[in-house]
Amino acid sequence: MASTSATVAPGKSAWDGGVSPMGVSYGKLMMWFFLLSDAFTFSALLITYGLVRSSHHAYTGTVEAFKFSQNYWPIPEKVYSSIPFFHGLEAPLVFVGLMTFILIMSSVTMVLAVEAGHRMDRPAVEKWMVWTILGGIAFLGCQAWEWTHFITGTEYGQSVAEGTKFFGANLVHNQYGPPDFADFFFFITGFHGFHVFSGVCFNFLIYYNTVTGVYDRRGHYEMVEKVGLYWHFVDLVWVFVFTFFYLV
Amino acid sequence: MDHSEETHVTVLPPNKEKIKKLWTVAGILGVITAFEFLIAFTMHHGPLKTTIFVGLTIVKAGYIVGEFMHLKYETKVLFWSILIPIIFIAWMLVAFVYEGMAISLVR
Repeated sequence: MASTSATVAPGKSAWDGGVSPMGVSYGKLMMWFFLLSDAFTFSALLITYGLVRSSHHAYTGTVEAFKFSQNYWPIPEKVYSSIPFFHGLEAPLVFVGLMTFILIMSSVTMVLAVEAGHRMDRPAVEKWMVWTILGGIAFLGCQAWEWTHFITGTEYGQSVAEGTKFFGANLVHNQYGPPDFADFFFFITGFHGFHVFSGVCFNFLIYYNTVTGVYDRRGHYEMVEKVGLYWHFVDLVWVFVFTFFYLV
Repeated sequence: MDHSEETHVTVLPPNKEKIKKLWTVAGILGVITAFEFLIAFTMHHGPLKTTIFVGLTIVKAGYIVGEFMHLKYETKVLFWSILIPIIFIAWMLVAFVYEGMAISLVR
């Protein structure tokens, strides 16, 4: 934004007033600091996960011989090994890989919408915002599937007492490993999914305002940039969730 | 709809160079993710594997924040205002995971 990069008068500091010392508008700066605070929240969840996970015993045997047990933390490729429509097929991490791909692609379409906004190109902003919204909805759909599978469980189940078995997971029981594992899964991917949902709502609002010509009348598309920052942040958090939940 | 006010809007042609760069970044993110998958199935679980994953994640995060969120091109004071708190967060993560490993020894 040209208006925010005003030159500082000789003998004055950028902090003496009259210019934006950080070179961005108020709204964008506040979005950055909101995202920083949101990063603290996600970090708190992930750090707690790291503490609890590392205080449990790790599985030390081979991947082939792995069995779900309450005595050690499960390895991710055995927990997330299903894809929709292919019951019984062992496809470790394929579905979550698809989800990662969808979210990265929707981040790319978002940044292309921002680029189109810089050029005041309304049809291009509309096109890329539609793709971004579709990507977000596709991701949420995948997550709903992922959660349903995680909650329903596999046919092996987990023996909880003499002759009784527990299938899937909730906040108290978990067939895949220690209950803490399912708790963190629900809280962290759930909190992230909530952010994706809010992001889709914001993106739709931006799309609506673009179509009705609000930003053309305003003379700039900075709102696309601000919501774009939020959407990239959601993608960024997923990159970390993907590593710490599905790979490590 | 009233079209008279839209005549003031000047649409610029696509910035080909910038768009190409964005797709390059997307390609890099895709390749790193594919490489992570390769490692996930070819390496044994252990500290080395974890280190590689965390390293690649930081590279990916750098591209997303630096290029997509444009932080690399913002003023220095904004750049460091965002990055310095994150460095403390990273230290907190290391400290708590280390603490957790100590707890697992006495369990």
